Amino acid sequence: MALPKVCGIETEYGVISRGFDSSPIVASSVLVNAYAGAFKQSIQWDFGDETPDRDARGFSLEDAFPPEVETHMANSVLTNGARYYVDHAHPEVSTPECRTAMEVVLYDRAGEQIIRESMQRANALLPEHHEIITYKNNSDGKGNSYGCHENYLVSRELPFGQLATFITTHFITRQIYCGSGKVGSELFSERSDAVSYQISQRADFFEEEIGLETTIRRPIINTRDEPHCDPDKYRRLHVIVGDANMSEYATYLKVGTTAIVLAMIEDGAFPTHLIVDSPVNTIRTVSRDISLAAPIRLANGTLKTSLEIQFLILEAAEKYSTHDGLKAVCSADFPNEGTEILRLWRETLNNLSNGGAGSFDTVDWLAKMSLINAYQDRNDLSPNDARLKALDLQYHDMRPEKNLSGRMNLRKLVTQSDAELARTDPPESTRAYFRGECLKRWPEFVVSANWDCIIFDVGDGPLRRIPMMEPLKGTRALTESLFNSCATPLDLVLALGLENSDITTFKISDVF
Amino acid sequence: MTEKIRKSNSTDNETPVDEISELVVGKNDHAENLKADLDQLLDDIDSILETNAEDFVNSYVQKGGE
Repeated sequence: MALPKVCGIETEYGVISRGFDSSPIVASSVLVNAYAGAFKQSIQWDFGDETPDRDARGFSLEDAFPPEVETHMANSVLTNGARYYVDHAHPEVSTPECRTAMEVVLYDRAGEQIIRESMQRANALLPEHHEIITYKNNSDGKGNSYGCHENYLVSRELPFGQLATFITTHFITRQIYCGSGKVGSELFSERSDAVSYQISQRADFFEEEIGLETTIRRPIINTRDEPHCDPDKYRRLHVIVGDANMSEYATYLKVGTTAIVLAMIEDGAFPTHLIVDSPVNTIRTVSRDISLAAPIRLANGTLKTSLEIQFLILEAAEKYSTHDGLKAVCSADFPNEGTEILRLWRETLNNLSNGGAGSFDTVDWLAKMSLINAYQDRNDLSPNDARLKALDLQYHDMRPEKNLSGRMNLRKLVTQSDAELARTDPPESTRAYFRGECLKRWPEFVVSANWDCIIFDVGDGPLRRIPMMEPLKGTRALTESLFNSCATPLDLVLALGLENSDITTFKISDVF
Repeated sequence: MTEKIRKSNSTDNETPVDEISELVVGKNDHAENLKADLDQLLDDIDSILETNAEDFVNSYVQKGGE
């Protein structure tokens, strides 16, 4: 039985400073501090439980390069349950744990709002003509890439090799509706202008099928085994292969289809013949195939296009839904989520089969391509004109007045006011609710927090640590009466039975 | 750009005839809105684009990440 798909997105934003020289680390720190300071959200992140160098395959590669230890600059936990920090040289927003693709879209939009608010506040403090600007993309066009990582809860019982083999097929082919589009090539082996336009921002950067790294020799399947929850029961599949999307529909389909495919793999419902023969070459081939007609060789020797493979996965998903109802991707708040994802998935594939008409306002690479083609035609530009690369970058510009995707009339899934609410309020269907509520109620008592615990200084005695090892607990339904019965964090600690006391009223295992 | 977008004004061949008229109206309205928005954007775009595209593109360098 597939596990409910708790999921989230971590987005690193490109950052530049104008009018003054600043390292990207400093510029990123200024942004995070401007936001966290203004909203008094400077609760520190607790690194105690992080193990980014543990490999999901259960061994340690002698020749593997362990990920660099993160530079711990500005780092904060927000009342919506998100993490906002400086990762290496970029501001990064991690959404809180969500139960559905729609919630992920909402919190990804909230993340954009946080970045915009940070830019406004930081720039208001800087001297005139000094400015920090961010971009929600994944490449600088010169061979440097930064990530938009997804995370999904999967069962520890599922053999990792099986999971990796099947999900690779989806990762390679889902580009055709998740890609954000890019002008030029960033493969070392070819000239930048060897490719005028490709589907994905990221495909050029993948050199291995599977591995632990995220910054060099990037693998399509990242094996980082850091579940941030009960390691005996769960894995967190850390996906590094996706593009950051401007289109809400693209984010929705990226997360929604992947959550369904993972549930299918857990339940043995994925079509086992759909194994790509040469994943690294093929991910590039698909990205460069804007006609969506290139043949892909499968391990059994047959040839299929990316669209044909996506249709086969979709048909298996539709069949799977009749048995299971796609419960793993639905929640009490979004009971029809699975059906809605399937409907949009089919609509999009049908549109892509017909030249894309109907999806130019949902698929980023199509929207961007239509803009670039029209601008090139109108001004009779050569394919190498710098203005086309500027259009590419400004499609992702986070300044509202300079952002081009915002002028493309892309279809919306969430309202501005809902996104604004999600900037401060946590999702209710995961442990992010408990984290966010604690930060909203008792910010002055929270010493630090991370994904799986929160630490209070209740003002008396030692620090109190509340573990949260179950991502599906700590929800509003499970904790609302607990919160209502507690006036202080000490009440909370006592009520949960974390002290020797006769006033324990809640069993911690019921709550977490 | 060596390959242009395949312009498709055709409707879905599998759609039953009696549903086509409604769909076509909806689709065309939306498609025309998109085209009108794109035309409007192209009229305005030079005021949105960075003034020196070449400098902007060359100076956009991002090192370190993930």
